[in-house]
Amino acid sequence: MIHQLIISAFVLVPLFGFVISLFLPKHWESGFSAVAFGMISIQLIFLTGYVIYWLFSGSTPVNIAEMELYNDGIYRFLLDFYFDTITAVYLWVGTFITFLITRYSRFYMHLEAGYKRFFNTLLFFYLAYSLTVLAGNFETLFLGWEMLGISSFLLIAFYRERYLPVRNALKVFSIYRIGDIGIILAMWASHHLWHENITFIKLLDGPLVATQLATHGGIGLFIGICLLVAAAAKSAQLPFSSWLPRAMEGPTPSSAIFYGSLSVHFGVFLLLRTYPFWEHEPTVRVMIGLLGLATALIAYPIARVQSTIKTQIAYASIAQIGIMFIEVALGLETLVLIHFAGNAFLRTYQLLVSPSVVAYLIRDTFYNFRSRKPSIEDTFPKKLAYSLYVLSLKEWNLDHFFNAWVFGPVKQLGRKLQFISMNYLLLILLPVYVIGIVVYFHQTWLPSSIISSIPTLLGFLGMLLVFRAFSERTSPALALALVVSNHFWTALAVSFNETFDYLQTEIYISGVIVTGAIGFWCLRYLRKKERQHVDLSQYHGHVYEYPKLALVYFLVTLGIMGFPITPTFIGVDLLFSHIHEDQYFLAAFLAISYVFGGIALIRIYVRLFLGPHIKNYHATALKTS
Amino acid sequence: MAHRVSFDLEQTLLELGHYLPAQAPLKDFVHHNTLHAFQSLTFHKAVQKASENFGYTVYWNIDKYRELYHQNKINSDILDRVIGDHKPSQELSYWKNLLLDLPVEDFPQPKVGLLRSLWKKHYNINLDKEVHQNLFRIVSAYLDQGIAIWGFPSSAKSLLAGLHALEKNSYSSFLKTSRARTLFFNHRTTLEDLLSILVGKTDRFEQYLFDQQFAHPGWSGMVAVLERQPASLLDKRPVSLHDFIFLECILEIDALEKRKGNSWNSLADFIPDEFTHILGETANSELFETHRLWQEALEWSYYDQVIKGLQTPSGTVSESKKPSFQALFCIDDRCCSIRRYVERFSPDSQTYGTAGFFNLPFYFQPEHGKFMTKVCPAPVNPAHVIKESESKLRHQKDAHFSKHTKGIFGGWAISQTMGFWSALKLAKSIFSPAETPAMVSSFQHMDPHGKLSVISEDTDDKHQGLQIGFTLDEMTNSMEALLKSIGLIADFAPLVYIIGHGASSVNNTHYAGYDCGACSGRAGSVNARVAAQIGNNRAVRERLATRGILIPDGTQFVGGLHDTTRDEMEFYDLEVLADANQMRHQQHMRSFDTALAYNAKERSRRFQTVDSTQDAKKVHDQVKLRAMSLFEPRPEWNHATNALCIIGRRESNRHLFLDKRAFLNSYDHRIDPEGHFLLGILKAVAPVCGGINLEYYFSKVDNQRLGAGSKLPHNVIGLIGVANGMEGDLRTGLPQQMVDIHDPLRILITVDHYPEVVLKVIQADPQTYTWFANDWVKLVCIHPDDKQAYVFRTNGFESYEPLSQAIQAVSDLDALLASTSENLPVFLIA
Repeated sequence: MIHQLIISAFVLVPLFGFVISLFLPKHWESGFSAVAFGMISIQLIFLTGYVIYWLFSGSTPVNIAEMELYNDGIYRFLLDFYFDTITAVYLWVGTFITFLITRYSRFYMHLEAGYKRFFNTLLFFYLAYSLTVLAGNFETLFLGWEMLGISSFLLIAFYRERYLPVRNALKVFSIYRIGDIGIILAMWASHHLWHENITFIKLLDGPLVATQLATHGGIGLFIGICLLVAAAAKSAQLPFSSWLPRAMEGPTPSSAIFYGSLSVHFGVFLLLRTYPFWEHEPTVRVMIGLLGLATALIAYPIARVQSTIKTQIAYASIAQIGIMFIEVALGLETLVLIHFAGNAFLRTYQLLVSPSVVAYLIRDTFYNFRSRKPSIEDTFPKKLAYSLYVLSLKEWNLDHFFNAWVFGPVKQLGRKLQFISMNYLLLILLPVYVIGIVVYFHQTWLPSSIISSIPTLLGFLGMLLVFRAFSERTSPALALALVVSNHFWTALAVSFNETFDYLQTEIYISGVIVTGAIGFWCLRYLRKKERQHVDLSQYHGHVYEYPKLALVYFLVTLGIMGFPITPTFIGVDLLFSHIHEDQYFLAAFLAISYVFGGIALIRIYVRLFLGPHIKNYHATALKTS
Repeated sequence: MAHRVSFDLEQTLLELGHYLPAQAPLKDFVHHNTLHAFQSLTFHKAVQKASENFGYTVYWNIDKYRELYHQNKINSDILDRVIGDHKPSQELSYWKNLLLDLPVEDFPQPKVGLLRSLWKKHYNINLDKEVHQNLFRIVSAYLDQGIAIWGFPSSAKSLLAGLHALEKNSYSSFLKTSRARTLFFNHRTTLEDLLSILVGKTDRFEQYLFDQQFAHPGWSGMVAVLERQPASLLDKRPVSLHDFIFLECILEIDALEKRKGNSWNSLADFIPDEFTHILGETANSELFETHRLWQEALEWSYYDQVIKGLQTPSGTVSESKKPSFQALFCIDDRCCSIRRYVERFSPDSQTYGTAGFFNLPFYFQPEHGKFMTKVCPAPVNPAHVIKESESKLRHQKDAHFSKHTKGIFGGWAISQTMGFWSALKLAKSIFSPAETPAMVSSFQHMDPHGKLSVISEDTDDKHQGLQIGFTLDEMTNSMEALLKSIGLIADFAPLVYIIGHGASSVNNTHYAGYDCGACSGRAGSVNARVAAQIGNNRAVRERLATRGILIPDGTQFVGGLHDTTRDEMEFYDLEVLADANQMRHQQHMRSFDTALAYNAKERSRRFQTVDSTQDAKKVHDQVKLRAMSLFEPRPEWNHATNALCIIGRRESNRHLFLDKRAFLNSYDHRIDPEGHFLLGILKAVAPVCGGINLEYYFSKVDNQRLGAGSKLPHNVIGLIGVANGMEGDLRTGLPQQMVDIHDPLRILITVDHYPEVVLKVIQADPQTYTWFANDWVKLVCIHPDDKQAYVFRTNGFESYEPLSQAIQAVSDLDALLASTSENLPVFLIA
């Protein structure tokens, strides 16, 4: 009971702090810092006390079934918390760093226009952090994981009146989402493996895991690879690495806490947390180790040639995390945890003092000047050294990797679908959908071989609609409509799969309908006011004149993408549970739609509301600043 | 600029270099007029032109002016008078209506960038996106002064030659297409060739280059500055704007080839003859006109009280009494308040203001330093060097800046060991800030116990071509000019302090801008100490006596340094003081300490995170901590709120409270009837104070394009500049944290002298004259006999009657100061 109370408090206290901070008046600086600092101090004291108590009482992992959000006898959505050594270390390090950063930001952010927004986001981040670290099952972990993604987007785009932060926020968000495909598929596979939403504590039962995996050949490997993708994306390993330096667009303390120390170590966390899943899969272990090694070897020379301080720290940190991956693969949990804590502290401090580097190094040069510092590469053959230099300066083209291989092709595919217009959507696809529903109620009309292929077909169609939305350059309303309609196609697709309670479909669709309707209203309103300036071809920065509308639309965006503010969030999980074990394609299509739908939605928000303001009666930023 | 049919590359490069931001690398940061390129035009015309062409915002928001008007901070009578000065009287209500109620409208779209946007329009290609990333990577790696652990391999060569060497010997390349590579490696390729490929029409080359370079003014400006003053880099790079542009054109061609293959041509076909040119004539615009009127009304609402204050006779100043000490400070606006407190706590003292290099232009060569630093105004080229010896100053190291933390194994070992140490250090620096090796301290500029080579032993004894120390003649001349220009030629007190200033901060990339501007962004300690040693020199005094300046034997000079951030002072060479003076100095130190504490308290009212109603000592302790706090983006306010420069005897303004907004230069017209020294003062004051003032003005009104934006996300690039994040252009101008509380007013310079003399003086130097004639600074002359004010307009002085009725006296200044953080009006304090 004492465990239950205290561990729940580790999530409730941050939640409480976050909610209060939303309601404080905008310019009351000391209010925000008091709430944030007070909350985090309480958390730190209790956490420290609890960790000591827990250590002395045997340090056995604790599992808390916190709250049941849905249960129909077959499927159970449970908010579950878990506390073990990994949790203890991550939570304590994170809390301590957040404690320092809140104090730091109290003065550092003084007079900044986004003071409130900064503290709101910081507290939201901390809430997400605690939730993820304390998660006792995949569902809870994914909840925190999604919140981390959003808080990350908000912190990078903190300077929303400039182009680069906004573009990079979108870029990082997109890469995070790509990683999320891994985690969604891992959850789906895991559900079929265990026939329940397994808690992490059950995975400690070695023999059980071993037998279960042995009877499901291949699925362990599949889960392992999915988790590796998710972990690599979050921890900026290859080929995702280039997002990390680009994320350093917010105020320095937010870069320090997010990208220097805490958020970037979540890939490592995910691997540690799911260790029992792939412990006995040598292929997965080798892959993790090799990925870490490759990342370390590539990030290291990139760090060496960087001429800007923050990117240098970022790549140095990526290289260290690569080594942590190797350590994880070798099963050296304790070493990883020490390494994580040390690296987090070191990079936080290095980033915070980074502006001092000018005075320090200039003075150093002044007194100890040597033209061109000698470096180890000088001993390499010239051709090799120069090639390595150029490659490293170009960051091994990593920044173009996803554009060339993922987003570019998707965009091209979407452009091929230009013919899908609003009219097309209403006059052709809507009737088809109605026919689909009619067929659903009269499945005997068609031979079963056709019926069985319908779900995959519909899933594919939905995915194409999302791709079309992703590449739409003119009408925000059309893009929104496409993403919303995808949810309906998805629901229909899964309905064909097996018979289940309508309630589940309602749970899934309800959130989309409500938020979608508000979304269309927002767009109509904006169109009425700003006839000239509502398209997706450029950034408009309407948040300058319509901050409230922007907020509402942002929440709408979150709602439609299945963020945990509407029941849709649970619905997504429910729907996935009805995808059969052998329907890899359907699962993949739905996961991709889910992910790209989110990107397409955020893209609409970003283009309409963020970036340099389209009107210039006040000072606006140059695009390159 | 008329558009030429033929293309003169050299001329165009000069022109570009002229319009681009002229900000030096961070370590040499010196304030200057951000829009100096437009200075040949009158202020309002110039800013309109800058705005129409480059998209700068050049005035405050119209809403802001209206808000101030409704708060009575813009005086409505003044507003009427300003409109009346510029518009026929029957149009008064029309304009007033416009000013107060015209709906807010957009400024015209800037002309720069129009030509180059044709790429996007006709080829659907965003060249900036394709080119900037590699361009910035290359130039930043090449210019880097020590951040990269593995530096640019052939950095001793020019940018193009270096890149040639790199590309030739590498399997990987920045250039993807054979056409770009061929052009790049062909030594006969000229920039004109590249422009022909890209633009086609010769008469549009120049415009294209403006478009191209103003897409990233930060980097282009930096390259142009480094070409003009290569000495700004400790690690030399022979870079030129030509090479930089050449590289960009090559990258553009590469991008076009890559995206469009053979299916692209130069822009020539898409440029109709009537296509807009850049930098053409500006037309009258009501939008700009309304802003202009508002701006002048804002300025005169303040100037008017100042003029009234200067006309108000001062209270009882007994000049007969022998002063206890005299103290020379820098003209800097930050000395405005400390002087007020020194005078308050030592009422029988006299203070003077003059440019803080104390008329001693030289380079300083610290012992163990591998370079010299210039410690005089930036445009001056000194012929002397002062060398330091017997210095015991050593700088501490900080392992967090070490390259080993960035390595694989080093990083692995360090993060598991020192990482935990970082946590403790960070906690300590947040909860109890203290001096660290990372900070910049003005007291570290020079070892107080080192020896300085003030006196030249042998004029042939040179150090890097500069004479070591000053000859007797040189010392006498500069001392004479210094004393005469400030009007201190008799009644010397037993102690004369010469106090330079500097600043301390940590985590501050713009630290050089906080030090003394008259010493090229360094602390003024060496100059103050050298000046005092010269003043104490027997031989110099003997010669001065023959020139009418009789310094009694009992008088001794003491050099010192005021740290304006921490409000601390340090004095030098005290061992030379006679016993009696030693005692006096001890006494004065106590009042200096009190003055410093009160100055800190006054400053703290602007630091909203310090409670300034507390006891002065307590506030002072908190203020000192700011200089050492990692998390403090505003260690001090530097020149923020500056608006005035007052040239005249201290007696004529000592009774006024000017709220730290004034540069104060001492000057006595009685010993300079011809204005000989006045010319020297104005020649320095107009560009220096005017430059500071205008940089603050433009950084305030357009912090996004003319200022550096918020400094919180800044990333240090190559130790030479800052950018936002990783991919941005270098940011020039002042960060928002330096100008938060600044009101954009042009500086008002007032001179106590006869108008006809002042007119003659300013006309004597054409360069100085344009500052006034073109209205970039305002000039008012106060007649010494009847205190009548004369304002300088286009070509002569006109008498000015202030609308302010009287200046209010304030009895409890301390309470008033503690009660508000706003700008305060002029008050009578004595």
